Amino acid sequence: MKKRRLETMLAAILCSIAISAAAAAEEPIKVGVLHSLSGTMAISETTLKDTVLMMVEQQNAKGGLLGRKLEAVVVDPASDWPLFAEKARQLLEKDRVAVVFGCWTSVSRKSVLPVFEELDGLLFYPVQYEGEESSKNVFYTGAAPNQQAIPAVEYLMDEIGVERWVLAGTDYVYPRTTNKILEAFLKSKGVKEADIMINYTPFGHSDWQSIVSDIKKFGSAGKKTAVVSTINGDANVPFYKELGNQGVSAEDIPVVAFSVGEEELSGIDTKPLVGHLAAWNYFQSVDAPVNAAFIEKWHAFIGSPKRVTNDPMEATYIGFNMWVEAVKAAGTTDPSAVQKAIIGVEVPNLSGGRSTMLANHHITKPVLIGEIQEDGQFATVWETDGLVPGDAWSDYLPESKVIEADWTSKLDCGNYNTRTKKCSGQNY
Amino acid sequence: MHRPVSTYVTFSCHHRIGAALRGGGVQRTLLCLALALVFGGAARASTDGFESMLGELAGKSFRRKSEAIQAIADSGHPAAPRILRALLESRAFFAPESERLLLDVADSGEGVVVDAITGEATRVAFESGRRKIVLNNAMRRLLRSLVARAGLASRDPRERRQAIKELMGRDDPEIQALLREALEIEQARDVRSLLETAIAIGALREDDADAGSDAEARLRAIEALSGSLHNESRIALDGLLTRLESRQSKSSEEEAQIGAIREAIDAIDRRKVGFEILETLFFGVSLGFVLVLAAIGLAITFGVMGVINMAHGEMIMLGAYSTWSVQQLMPHHLESSVLVAIPVAFLVSALVGVAIERGVVRFLYGRPLETLLATFGISLFLQQSVRTIFSPLNRAVASPSWMSGQWVLNDAFALNYNRLWIIVFSALVFAALIGVLHRTRLGLQIRAVAQNRAMARAMGVRGARIDAITFGLGSGIAGLAGVALSQLTNVGPNLGQAHIVDSFMVVVFGGVGNLWGTLVAGLTLGVTNKLLEPFAGAVLAKILVLVFIILFIQRRPRGLFPQQGRSAEA
Amino acid sequence: MTSVANRTVASRLAGHHDLLVTGALGIAVLVVPILALTVPEGSALHLSTFSVTLLGKYLCFALLALAVDLVWGYCGILSLGHGAFFALGGYAMGMYLMRQIGDRGVYGNPILPDFMVFLDWQELPWYWWGFSSFPFSMAMVVAVPGLLALVFGWFAFRSRVNGVYLSIITQALTYALLLAFFRNEMGFGGNNGLTDFKEILGFDLQADATRVGLFVTTALVLIASYTVTRGVVSSRFGRVLVAIRDAEDRMRFLGYRTEHYKLWAFVLSGVIAGVAGALYVPQVGIINPGEFAPLNSIELVIWVAIGGRGTLHGAIVGAILVNFAKTWFTGLLPEAWLFVLGALFVMGTLFLPRGLVGLVSRRER
Repeated sequence: MKKRRLETMLAAILCSIAISAAAAAEEPIKVGVLHSLSGTMAISETTLKDTVLMMVEQQNAKGGLLGRKLEAVVVDPASDWPLFAEKARQLLEKDRVAVVFGCWTSVSRKSVLPVFEELDGLLFYPVQYEGEESSKNVFYTGAAPNQQAIPAVEYLMDEIGVERWVLAGTDYVYPRTTNKILEAFLKSKGVKEADIMINYTPFGHSDWQSIVSDIKKFGSAGKKTAVVSTINGDANVPFYKELGNQGVSAEDIPVVAFSVGEEELSGIDTKPLVGHLAAWNYFQSVDAPVNAAFIEKWHAFIGSPKRVTNDPMEATYIGFNMWVEAVKAAGTTDPSAVQKAIIGVEVPNLSGGRSTMLANHHITKPVLIGEIQEDGQFATVWETDGLVPGDAWSDYLPESKVIEADWTSKLDCGNYNTRTKKCSGQNY
Repeated sequence: MHRPVSTYVTFSCHHRIGAALRGGGVQRTLLCLALALVFGGAARASTDGFESMLGELAGKSFRRKSEAIQAIADSGHPAAPRILRALLESRAFFAPESERLLLDVADSGEGVVVDAITGEATRVAFESGRRKIVLNNAMRRLLRSLVARAGLASRDPRERRQAIKELMGRDDPEIQALLREALEIEQARDVRSLLETAIAIGALREDDADAGSDAEARLRAIEALSGSLHNESRIALDGLLTRLESRQSKSSEEEAQIGAIREAIDAIDRRKVGFEILETLFFGVSLGFVLVLAAIGLAITFGVMGVINMAHGEMIMLGAYSTWSVQQLMPHHLESSVLVAIPVAFLVSALVGVAIERGVVRFLYGRPLETLLATFGISLFLQQSVRTIFSPLNRAVASPSWMSGQWVLNDAFALNYNRLWIIVFSALVFAALIGVLHRTRLGLQIRAVAQNRAMARAMGVRGARIDAITFGLGSGIAGLAGVALSQLTNVGPNLGQAHIVDSFMVVVFGGVGNLWGTLVAGLTLGVTNKLLEPFAGAVLAKILVLVFIILFIQRRPRGLFPQQGRSAEA
Repeated sequence: MTSVANRTVASRLAGHHDLLVTGALGIAVLVVPILALTVPEGSALHLSTFSVTLLGKYLCFALLALAVDLVWGYCGILSLGHGAFFALGGYAMGMYLMRQIGDRGVYGNPILPDFMVFLDWQELPWYWWGFSSFPFSMAMVVAVPGLLALVFGWFAFRSRVNGVYLSIITQALTYALLLAFFRNEMGFGGNNGLTDFKEILGFDLQADATRVGLFVTTALVLIASYTVTRGVVSSRFGRVLVAIRDAEDRMRFLGYRTEHYKLWAFVLSGVIAGVAGALYVPQVGIINPGEFAPLNSIELVIWVAIGGRGTLHGAIVGAILVNFAKTWFTGLLPEAWLFVLGALFVMGTLFLPRGLVGLVSRRER
């Protein structure tokens, strides 16, 4: 009985889709937002949802796009990875969105990837990640490892004179890959095996007593030691608290983190953290008029002058503007036209420069190293001379360095193997 | 040197003159003179020059700021020590309009700001747009060493000790000379021994050509470091050993040194092993008490009342949010806010607990599995409420200074104050709970209702009221756990979920309905986890503990301390 | 627990419900392919791929709920770890699908899956052997969860672990597996799990026909499992199970080896859950350790409770309805759907002690 009622309901939904599809021409352009609003990842992703909503509002205030208004379609994939795939399909197939901004974790991106490839949608992914991917349908506006991890380690090595390394991470793919790349990089620079300590912890690890004490011991061997942290989200607060309490100061053993930004710091008592480092492509403290304007708009939109901005927000900002420019250039929101038009599109980033969409669907970005200040902001202590182009396939992994991604007509392939001259792993 | 002596005296010793009359004062003043000589490198700057150095500090370039700091130290200006210390403690501001450097003088009262040069209180403090001077690690390191050099002459033996520790093991002949001079006049026994160690370390690090003439002294230095727990001792010994061993031909003296070094290192390692075991045990006990604290509320709601309370974690979360709210309400009383939060968190969680019991759970007694479903729904509801009210972001709960840092016994062994306090707090809560349950009338009634509801009611116990109080008590204690956890981990909507599974494990492992069981179980699991961690790594250690629980329950299907008698069958 | 009177009513109505459930599923098996494949797109009656995979997912969950209801509803074993069997079945299927990719991975390595290549694995771990064969993999789908249930159940029931103790150690089991599968050294892809599947038995997984095929398979398996479990619970064996649920000690005094009965029910349930997982993976396209999360296992117990415990058809109804509500509200009220879901669970237990089907059967009585 219940079953039958269910089917009537489903049929009703389907009817409404069909009707709405017919009237699509006059309707606004739909923009999908696929960020978790509940569950473990809501902590990070909710802000990005708000960022997209703000960008949509601003674009509409400017008169929309191609003479049509934009309309955001928000769904909640609830930090549940299969649900991400389901919601992606719903956005593309049911809501017929022109583009989707979404995902944070790698697993959520991996989960939706086949859906975007099958239905030929567009996904803008705004978070730093481990690389080793270039899909026709995904645009990676966060940092690849060569835009974050490698410059950070170079800074520590050349400017601070670090000789001993602790690679500490949460046990999942991003830290594993990044640490693999860093290990290869460090060894290529002559660092000995004995001077590298690698440590993995489970998600949400909260008792750091033993590990911090080990790091302290490892760092007391008379050589300058630094910790490269790929510790994820929630585990950071207890980690830094323990560092502070065990008296590991940034002057003695600096910790450089790739997942700790302004927003994470706003949830930590920053006093004991002053001087620890983070590597990003953007800091809220960057002194640029475009950044000041963005922060002002953000505060007005969110209704609180205390809210911070962070790197993934900047990546969302860049991605959104790139999409807008590409749509303008293509004159249509049709995904395949936008895919062609977007390569080479250049838009301002928030650190005062301009970022370009590359043929491998990654973008050019500056790399900044900042030290944590007491107010939860970063003071930039170093930055790359120019923009660093994102490299989808790392040059420090043996199997990956032979692979190239180029979505222009030259190769039209995300994983072209230069050794076998073959384009493998394509789903279309 | 072309500077007038009086400048040196005023530089770092102006506060010393009064002390000169007391014992050792004269020598210490002389040390001051020596220190000032070491500091002096550049010419005495004019006041204008000094002001422009201060102006540099407000700039953007870290390189120029570092140079300015060095210049300030070299200037010998009377205000220099004050400024350097304030910079290091990040109490220095720049007022852009009047172009003056201001210092926040924390120890002379709340919010007093003085002018950096004159040291007088100033109104400029309220000038708009005052900016904190931004430092980087290199500058902080420089400041630390500059301040430490001045600290050698401090009147406070603690500051002297700290200064020696900071300077220990630095390859700087000037510092070695300073330390030797300090030793000559030092009278406090512990400071002397620290100085001797520092000098011995320095002796080992000296260039071999210089030391070659005095092999005897070097041997003495090696022996002085035998069993020393300072990290620098071990580093210096290791360094010398490698240098000596790499030599092609060794003299008999060098052979003797190598032997002595090996013995010294062995002695150090032997002592360290003992401390390492102690440290691991402490880690285990402190983790254990955190588990106990998180689980003990559940031991009441689940263990005593039989409600499979999935909302227990959210009660902890509410306690943590209460701590945060209290801190927001009393921003100027950080030190005491955590203490105020204790009763607040208890009340908030207890009231929510009572509301849950009256609103939902009371309809479900005797159907324990359905309480699981209903409380799971409540936990979702509470989580999302917190997300809506407080935002999904984590909240920063500051630690008061009495819970920060470590109680350092030596370089090999130190205990975190926050862990120590949480152990104490947890033990007190446990004792109080046992007291309430076994020594009060209310406790008697709670136990009576838990054992046999019908009989208790027949004896005149108001069952419904007792149920509500018991559930409130369990929830309130979960709130207390939230206060403690806010000092260790994230305060966010996921806080509760992170602890619910562990809490159930602890309660079940200990034996449902037995508080002592919960205590023993929590400590056992904590210590086991920490003993396994060094060998197995954090992830595997946790898995092994879970497997251990599963196997243990096979041996003792009702936990460590099974309930006896009729109520056990419920 | 459930009153004797209700028991008899339920058994009287059982046949009636069997017809409804199998009938509805049978109709779905016939109608869905027609609507999805033959009705042209754009027609109001066309069933989109989205809806087909969604329905397929619901049916997998229904199968899982059925497994839980068998042990909980009829045997009194509240397992808070059934997600583990589901996920293990899913992983077995996922491993087969991974091996099917062959050299079409991004690195073009014919032996190693992509996640092993870039983390520098040199050879395939021994436990991956054989998964290139479909029959072997299907055997593993059944054997791995079945074996785990057998070993775990044998120890637990022999030691007479019951009630909440059993619930909590099943939770410990799934939690330990969650942590283990998160470890990258395990060789199951860590947090990312297994993904990027291409084909099953040579059929393209992205093709509509394959999806419909998977849906039909799921529906048929559900019908078969329903029939089998119904058969089990109506047999003498099933009546012993119910008696054990209501008074285990008495049954033991009567000379029944209660642990054997419980063990077989538990193993059967574990196998069904594993099969559900295996059907789930190709339809959602990913299997990762998140499926082991203790909260997932608790949630699926709630589906059964909402639908109506100890009825079998109630489990199916509950799983489908709760998940449908979830889909509906996560799209409709993305910010507030947890309030709705939470309220649903609380109200459900307070006002529908025998679940939704209890509501219906009471009215019919």
